[in-house]
Amino acid sequence: MIKDPLIIAGRSFRSRLMVGTGKFPSAEALRAALQSSRAEIVTVALRRVDLSQPQVDSILSVLNPAEHLILPNTSGARTADEAVRLARMARAMGLIPWVKLELTPEPKYLLPDPVETLKAAEMLIKEGFVVLPYIQADPVLAKRLEEIGTATVMPLGAPIGSNRGVRTRDMIRIIIEQSKVPVVVDAGLGAPSHAAEAMELGADAVLVNTALADAQDHAAMAKAFALAVEAGRMAYRSGLGQMRETAAASSPLTGFLE
Amino acid sequence: MDPGKRPQTDVGFFKELEAWPQERIRGLIRKATSQDVTRAFERERCSPEDLAALLSPPAASRLEEMARLAQALTRRHFGRTMGLYVPLYLSNVCTADCTYCGYAARSGSRGARRTLTRAEIRAECEVLAGHGFQSVLLLCGDAPKTAPVNYLAEAVALARRYFVSVSVEVYALDEADYRRLVALGLEGVTLYMETYHRETYSQVHLRGKKRDFAYRLGAIERAGRAGARRLSIGALLGLADWRLDGFWTALHARYLQKECWQSAIAVSFPRLRNVPRRHALRHPLSDRELVQLMLALRLFLPEVGFNLSTRERPSLRDRLIPLGVTMMSAGSSTRPGGYAHYGEETLAQFEIEDRRSPAEVAQAIRRAGYDPVWKDFDRAFDEAPT
Repeated sequence: MIKDPLIIAGRSFRSRLMVGTGKFPSAEALRAALQSSRAEIVTVALRRVDLSQPQVDSILSVLNPAEHLILPNTSGARTADEAVRLARMARAMGLIPWVKLELTPEPKYLLPDPVETLKAAEMLIKEGFVVLPYIQADPVLAKRLEEIGTATVMPLGAPIGSNRGVRTRDMIRIIIEQSKVPVVVDAGLGAPSHAAEAMELGADAVLVNTALADAQDHAAMAKAFALAVEAGRMAYRSGLGQMRETAAASSPLTGFLE
Repeated sequence: MDPGKRPQTDVGFFKELEAWPQERIRGLIRKATSQDVTRAFERERCSPEDLAALLSPPAASRLEEMARLAQALTRRHFGRTMGLYVPLYLSNVCTADCTYCGYAARSGSRGARRTLTRAEIRAECEVLAGHGFQSVLLLCGDAPKTAPVNYLAEAVALARRYFVSVSVEVYALDEADYRRLVALGLEGVTLYMETYHRETYSQVHLRGKKRDFAYRLGAIERAGRAGARRLSIGALLGLADWRLDGFWTALHARYLQKECWQSAIAVSFPRLRNVPRRHALRHPLSDRELVQLMLALRLFLPEVGFNLSTRERPSLRDRLIPLGVTMMSAGSSTRPGGYAHYGEETLAQFEIEDRRSPAEVAQAIRRAGYDPVWKDFDRAFDEAPT
């Protein structure tokens, strides 16, 4: 029995830290980061990996299907059709029918296209995929996706690779408040404190990539993130969520009743 | 200019270029101080004025600081990875007459002229795919009669069977032609302006359609509008003042980021080295100047890919890996059929400096602490819509 598990599409996970596999300098660096992150959900870009030769691919060769849920992502797709084709191809090649939907039509900031994302999610859910969409921190879009049956929503904290932290804090807070599916803060988390902040806000999990890939010591940074995610979760569960931004020490409006 | 074609001088980047005559850029560079350089270092987004400061002599004495910033920006966006690609020359027939080029009709260079047949293209593809390449760049001279769009279309379709990513570097095309190639699975278009300096441009391009500056300048955005996902530009370094051409190249890249917002933009840094005897290299570039140019452009364009070919020698290429380069070619030949069929008797476009094999280059990339990336695209992206 896992205490306080993260449950996505009926599956339980101990770790609330998901890890992306891009940008690492070597297979060894990725392996070191994965090991000390203790992440269970690990995402790979389908455009980047060679599913026909997993044993020589510098990413796939590191992943262990017994330890990791290998979550294929559609990064680089510009339209719903492209994303759907990628997802089908991954399933046909034997990956689990889960997909992290990334529809990022502009290569500069890699921001998600909400229209195509919604469309692709609908198509993939009909085909039986478990869909985890990467989205702008848009509370209405999050609800629309939840309604059509996505397994999570994955709003961005800041643009991918920017290391800027939870810049969309106010909207993330609303998404968390409203959501019935797990909320995974994805992208922009550059420091463990950012990850802790997202977890303190009540996010169910976070996804980190660039900050680990770009570290001097990949293993140590991955561990720092893992600890921060745990600390943030613990703080949230300990009632931090109920704290108000401004303290109300006296009762200027209702004090006369006492 | 071709009658019946839409005039290219009042649209697109041409118009923007006119707002940046050389006097204006030279003025900015001349008055740039070390304080201006510092300010550019601190900016979240560099302005064109900042770019001028970064290209100026005061910045030349601060290359180490610049290199640190450039490295951090590159790593943040691209990680510690290096894409690998290989050129495949389809034809060395050329009707243009560019004074700096070994393919030019009047270059005085000897060697057989060839245009690969389908079977020869297939043989070349097989050799290159065998080295592990998944990304190929198809090239030809300015020869729309010998290598017409139909021929290019066939070559793209053929190459697609062997490589997940196919790009072309061919003469400037109309938008409809680019669209046709994209429909066949073309991912990228590379087209160097050679020089943005108009006087130099007309001095070194003596014949053919290539003399039309505006038509060539507009080509890459036509490719972008036609749906090409990767657009690579560049100036041949050595033709004109590198600071000017560098500045204009950077503006062009930024323009393309807005105009073709769905395409990944890349800049190449082809440095002219061995040119035919008739061409006097008027603005040769030192290693130090090449590095300053790359670093300045990285600070101005954090998200733009940088390509580096085998025109540069191995020792320099290895040192440039951590300074902002994101794509490298390896094991290249610049003669058509050079991988499977033909040797020295066939005319090459220019001499290769880095003659290492693809595996050796990949090893050098790993030694520098970077992961060589062979595949960064997927066939699933561009199959017929479902």
